[in-house]
Amino acid sequence: MRHLVRWSPLAPATALLLLFLAGPVGYCAYLAFTDTQLTGQESASFVGLANFRHAVGDPEFRNAVLLTVVFTLISAVLGQNTLGLALAGLLRRASRPVRAVTGTVVITAWVLPEIVAGFLLYTFFERRGTLNALLAWLHLPAQDWLFTLPILAVSFANVWRGTAFSMLVYSAALDGIPQEVAESAEMDGARGLRRLWHITLPMIRRSVGTNLMLNTLQTLSVFGLIWALTRGGPGNRSQTLPVFMYDQAFVKSLIGYGTAVALLLLVVGALFSAVYLRLLREEV
Amino acid sequence: MRAGRRRWSPVRAAVRRRLAADAALLVVAVAFAVPLAWLVLASLDERATLRVHLPTSPTLHNFSAVLTDEITFTPMLNSLLICGGATLLTVACAALAAYPLSRFRSRFARPYLLTVVFSACLPVTAVMVPVYALFVRVNLIDTRYGTALFLAAAQLPFAIWLMKNFMDGVPTVLEEAAWTDGASRPQGLLRIVLPLMAPGVGVVAVYTFIMMWGNFFVPFMLLLSPEQLPASVSIFTFFGNYGAIAFGELAAFSILYSTPVLLLYILISRRLGGGFALGGAVKG
Repeated sequence: MRHLVRWSPLAPATALLLLFLAGPVGYCAYLAFTDTQLTGQESASFVGLANFRHAVGDPEFRNAVLLTVVFTLISAVLGQNTLGLALAGLLRRASRPVRAVTGTVVITAWVLPEIVAGFLLYTFFERRGTLNALLAWLHLPAQDWLFTLPILAVSFANVWRGTAFSMLVYSAALDGIPQEVAESAEMDGARGLRRLWHITLPMIRRSVGTNLMLNTLQTLSVFGLIWALTRGGPGNRSQTLPVFMYDQAFVKSLIGYGTAVALLLLVVGALFSAVYLRLLREEV
Repeated sequence: MRAGRRRWSPVRAAVRRRLAADAALLVVAVAFAVPLAWLVLASLDERATLRVHLPTSPTLHNFSAVLTDEITFTPMLNSLLICGGATLLTVACAALAAYPLSRFRSRFARPYLLTVVFSACLPVTAVMVPVYALFVRVNLIDTRYGTALFLAAAQLPFAIWLMKNFMDGVPTVLEEAAWTDGASRPQGLLRIVLPLMAPGVGVVAVYTFIMMWGNFFVPFMLLLSPEQLPASVSIFTFFGNYGAIAFGELAAFSILYSTPVLLLYILISRRLGGGFALGGAVKG
């Protein structure tokens, strides 16, 4: 009894989480095995693994998986992570005003609402936009970036928007390296890439792990940015899994199939989340 | 070999390294700033296009053009109602939930916390299709409070995790002193613990609000009638409604919509020492 009273403050949060988070996840697992369509709820019936079998054979689905992998690798693993680490390292050596200016600009890009970031980068990459104006100024050939290389454009957009997070994580991690270690490495003449590889990276490897996990999880669920830039197009050339899921469920009215895709995305996310949790384990 | 320019001088090396870091950072800062420059310059330019250029005669006309009920005030009020209500709910539930998790020992406190961290990392985008289907069934679709309830649940795991960490920082001794004076546990939480961790509660509230204010996909899925849409979604309809897009007005509206989160971010980053602590908090 005393136990119940003590733990009762958990009730509101738990109720909210069960109703609106666990509920939909469970419903997701159910819908994915039905042929539910947007019109006519009554006609839905259990179809087993049909949606998943359909996905395996669906070239559009395979295209979306491939684009999601490319998008995640380029923007999260290579882009945000590497640039974030480089910025964090450089910020420590730079002079005060440069540090303030760069930090402010990069963080502003991160704090802006997703849709605003999407519009800004749309104007940047559009055929009549700033990037082509800059290229013309440098006497380089212009491109219709959103048409010729849409997945690269949305990847760069995600780097622009998301690098600040890695920069903050790595700045905190580098601050945590004891001064003596840095100094003795300096004395031993370990400089540049060798010092980075043999001393700095091993010391911040936990931050690298958690940062990679969080970047990947965030990038897996990007929708608004891609929607504002290309709506998954032209055709389906920037259609990552979230956009594909939306397209199947609401444009083509195949809720069951769309949910099956969502469930796969959720499972991949859960795997990454579990790995992240293991990395955190000692701290919880 | 002994020529003066070859001699290694630590001071000159440090200066050179700082200059190199400054130069590299400025290049990155300029690249990140170009899209932001478009936002500011276009908002002041009546004949704004997609490219960055200085307005010939700067004017505030774009701002006065969008400051109408239909374009700005109604969507902003909707954003405020949805995100403000959801933030209050999240913070209240998180504060209550954090209390037993932080103060009592139990077999299930740790699994509960691990589940919370796990679900904080799941890609929420993936459950939006089943959430839509569920909301249609229980008649929560196209209601602002339904949207707020889902946003609150989605943000709750991270809020509980942050709140618990902040609460761990408040020593139990102070509460115990209050109990001996006859205070009950709820009174201790309300009068002693929460006031002592007020900056932490503020950070949780502001962070939660910022995440919700910028969220596009959730209201995009769950709200249908134009008069209920928050700014994150209405910006889209506004984008297409005029045939030819009024880029200057779009930029002006984007600035109005982004200002609250930028100001709030400055508020919490000051409190946390330059914003870097938030990265550390997220990292765990």
